[in-house]
Amino acid sequence: MIETEIKVTPQVAAEHGLTADEYTRIQKILGRDPNITELGIFSVMWSEHCSYKSSRVHLKRLPTKGKYVVQGPGENAGVVDIGDGMVAAFKIESHNHPSFVEPFQGAATGVGGILRDIFTMGARPIAVLDALRFGPVTSGPGAGNATSEEIKRNRQILDGVIRGIGFYGNCFGVPTVGGEIVFEPCYSNNPLVNALALGIAKREELFFAKASGVGNPVIYVGAKTGRDGIHGASLLASAEFSEESQQKRPNVQVGDPFLEKLLLEACLEAMRTGAIVAIQDMGAAGLTSTSSEMASRGGMGIEMDLTRVPQREAKMTAYEMMLSESQERMLLVATRGREQEVFDVFHKWGLDAVEIGRVTDDGKLRILLDGAVAGEIPAHALAEEGPRYERPVAAPNTSGAPKTTGKVPFASDGADLTENFRRLLAAPTIASKKWVTDQYDSMVRTNTRFGPGAGDAAVLRLKETKRAIALATDGNGRWGSLSPREGAMHSVAEAARNVACSGAKPIAATNCLNFGNPEKPEVMWQFTEAIDGIGEACTALETPITGGNVSFYNETLGNPIYPTPIIGVLGLMEDAEFAIGSGFRNAGDKIFVLDGAADKSIASAESFSSSEYAKEIHGIVSGMPPKIDLAAEKRLIDCLVHLAAEKTIASAHDISDGGVAVSLAESCFGSENLSAQVSLDTLGTTLNAETAAYGERGARAVVSVPPSSVVRLRAIAAENGVNATEIGTVAAGDFRIQYGTKTVIQGSLASFHRPWAKSLQEAIENG
Amino acid sequence: MKFGVVQFPGSNCDDDAFHAVASVIGKPVEFIWHQSEDLAGSDVVILPGGFAYGDYLRTGAIARFSPVMKSVDKFARSGGLVLGICNGFQILLEAGLLPGAMMRNKGLRYLCRHVHIRVETTDNPFTCAAKKGQVLKIPIAHNEGNYFCEPAMLNGLEKNNQVIFRYVTPEGADAAENDREANPNGSLHSIAGICNRERNVLGLMPHPERAVESPLGSEDGLVLFRSVVASFASHTAVTA
Repeated sequence: MIETEIKVTPQVAAEHGLTADEYTRIQKILGRDPNITELGIFSVMWSEHCSYKSSRVHLKRLPTKGKYVVQGPGENAGVVDIGDGMVAAFKIESHNHPSFVEPFQGAATGVGGILRDIFTMGARPIAVLDALRFGPVTSGPGAGNATSEEIKRNRQILDGVIRGIGFYGNCFGVPTVGGEIVFEPCYSNNPLVNALALGIAKREELFFAKASGVGNPVIYVGAKTGRDGIHGASLLASAEFSEESQQKRPNVQVGDPFLEKLLLEACLEAMRTGAIVAIQDMGAAGLTSTSSEMASRGGMGIEMDLTRVPQREAKMTAYEMMLSESQERMLLVATRGREQEVFDVFHKWGLDAVEIGRVTDDGKLRILLDGAVAGEIPAHALAEEGPRYERPVAAPNTSGAPKTTGKVPFASDGADLTENFRRLLAAPTIASKKWVTDQYDSMVRTNTRFGPGAGDAAVLRLKETKRAIALATDGNGRWGSLSPREGAMHSVAEAARNVACSGAKPIAATNCLNFGNPEKPEVMWQFTEAIDGIGEACTALETPITGGNVSFYNETLGNPIYPTPIIGVLGLMEDAEFAIGSGFRNAGDKIFVLDGAADKSIASAESFSSSEYAKEIHGIVSGMPPKIDLAAEKRLIDCLVHLAAEKTIASAHDISDGGVAVSLAESCFGSENLSAQVSLDTLGTTLNAETAAYGERGARAVVSVPPSSVVRLRAIAAENGVNATEIGTVAAGDFRIQYGTKTVIQGSLASFHRPWAKSLQEAIENG
Repeated sequence: MKFGVVQFPGSNCDDDAFHAVASVIGKPVEFIWHQSEDLAGSDVVILPGGFAYGDYLRTGAIARFSPVMKSVDKFARSGGLVLGICNGFQILLEAGLLPGAMMRNKGLRYLCRHVHIRVETTDNPFTCAAKKGQVLKIPIAHNEGNYFCEPAMLNGLEKNNQVIFRYVTPEGADAAENDREANPNGSLHSIAGICNRERNVLGLMPHPERAVESPLGSEDGLVLFRSVVASFASHTAVTA
């Protein structure tokens, strides 16, 4: 327990993660030395996690405006207009370090946190997606140097994380509808757990976190405050990991999804009374951030008497209460005289609701405990005048940092690729995730048109209108390690392409930027490059960034992760009936590859060595990602949306990890036992059968179309400047790929389905 | 006729049941708060899915003590129609309105996916509009759906035709002993849903309210709601 009598010295400040300069700045703001409580408050608010001190100068470069954007970055979540008076609130956030220290609770509270960000805005959460990155869970060339101990541990982390996600979302009653899981050696000691939540609301019912009205009561609602999660934001999220990091387990919060469900219903009901002025959830930095941020946004002050805070443990100090990150709590400002209406709603749901303070006009965050002032800090200085760093940026000596070198040794002409295709399908990144997603309730609230695996994006119908929303997340860290800028652009493009494949028009994005230690110039270089890549791609694809989060210090023992920006793209479908799945529908349909690019080259030897195939089959990660062509991506997106709106095609699936061969197989696996028989000769310029089958250049999708609609497909493709190449037919029987005069892949559908369907489950359950 | 959907703290399929009745079936429906002993004149009471009271202690163990369950008990014992879905089924077991208990799924994991269940008998208000042997594709979403009871009780259930739904293969064949594809949670005799002796209380683990609109994957759950409506209409016609 930290005693209030501790004398604050520069040494104590340093132990709180504050630099000498930052400490001097605090002294200047206060005009005196802070006491220990005030120091604690500054240390969390000025932590990297809360203040974005290393990233803020760069985040300004992201495009944040557009015709659909109602609320950009700066609130609890981004908001876009989805028509008919409705809006969608959505945001993605990381919970990486807690998920490594305590996978189950770390992932669970990650989901809980992002859900609160959504319903604090007055929107009811209707979907969650999870973008997960783990170290290898199977041995083989793709596992790099991972030891068997490491692999075993990665399986345990994965199991804990997915159980934690399911535990929280299933009980709370929000469907977990999509996301992705990718395996790379760099995530062994630093898994990524990024959770995206989507909510909907009537536009006029949106709530914001801006305190107003001098004298208005400040009301604490939800769970009681305990000693859990103290310094979660500052110590866990804002420092690298070392061997001692396991000792930080007490810094991880503990989640209670049942309580959060009650909090959701109570908050939405209380908001409808009209008695609430402002509301914000207590996430990172708990009571400290909610009070200072609400006050600061409204240009007001807030005075709180901590003696009145509902407490789970006895004799908590002001320091502990202000820094606690106990979950499932909210702070709100009500209209004076109407507080009883608010209390009544929360009491109906069995929740604490206590007036703990009031809005003032002096701009100060003032904390009282046992009748004495325990701290007094200008709220605006705390929330908005934190340090901003232009950290040194330096490109690494080599362009990119390939983990291995070399080019893929190609098979001889006409060689049979069937066996290595089965191995590729069994690679955990490519293999079916059904075993994982079956552990999530993906259907509750009965809006799930496409849940996990049904389409390239999750699709939620809206009961209030005939429209639907599509959502997808993507992020290619391996490409980011080779070229942070190109990797980031590909991530935006792939997420948008996935949304378009499902039939929706991409309209906005959210991002979670997972990087290493920003104090290292080469990490900062990766970050600035990625920001520029995201900015350029989001501008070109007309998907402005509406919010998100930055997660730095993703390194353990000095080894940073791949620079991994995760992009979530939201799409709007005018009619839910336009939704297109990724599985083939009818025997006899023609299979086409749509290609937005004018350049006919599918893969060079250089780009092919950065492919999933090169990594999984040959253990090679080198070269450069395929050159991105944003104009081509835009053409393909427009074409797909057009095709969906005219109901021309039966299925659409983008070509990404594992190339056209994997896309085709997945479209078969998503069907009722239908197979594909194709020839890849006409696809474009290819070096050989492997680059044709497994090459990953963007701006392409596999679609199937009834013979009667082929003419219309070609016309729509031509109108949008997209090449449509017929490559084969949907049929019963063997799965077959030809290249030149040779059949290079052939076998029964079941023989390919089994390794794809079973490998992940077998790795985790029997491994 | 009127449906009532009970809302416990932690119910999370209450809105879905309400939507299925109000918007799809087109019948009057009202929510009933767990602290109320007034069933609001409902002719059919639905205990929806979710995690009532967080399912702390044991699924349904706390919910059975809520004030509304006193009225539900009285209503059921006087012949009123009660439908417990998923968590609602678990609550009916705890309340003693249906026999047996739920254990954790055999694989010790929560499972959400479409399964196939077979209508075993139609001589009750919940499946009277279905055909005997009809196979329905309906989703499950639960962690504790592994139905268990003592041998004597199981014999009684079978003898009295109280097993209304059984997990089967997509073709409608019995699930083999360890076939977790067909019998996902390991239930005894592949039991997915049972009724009481009087046949007016039904509990089932699959979610029929999630299977009432084909764009969401299936509308096979409709037959359950239609049966209730039909049986009520004929019942009213007879007694009128």
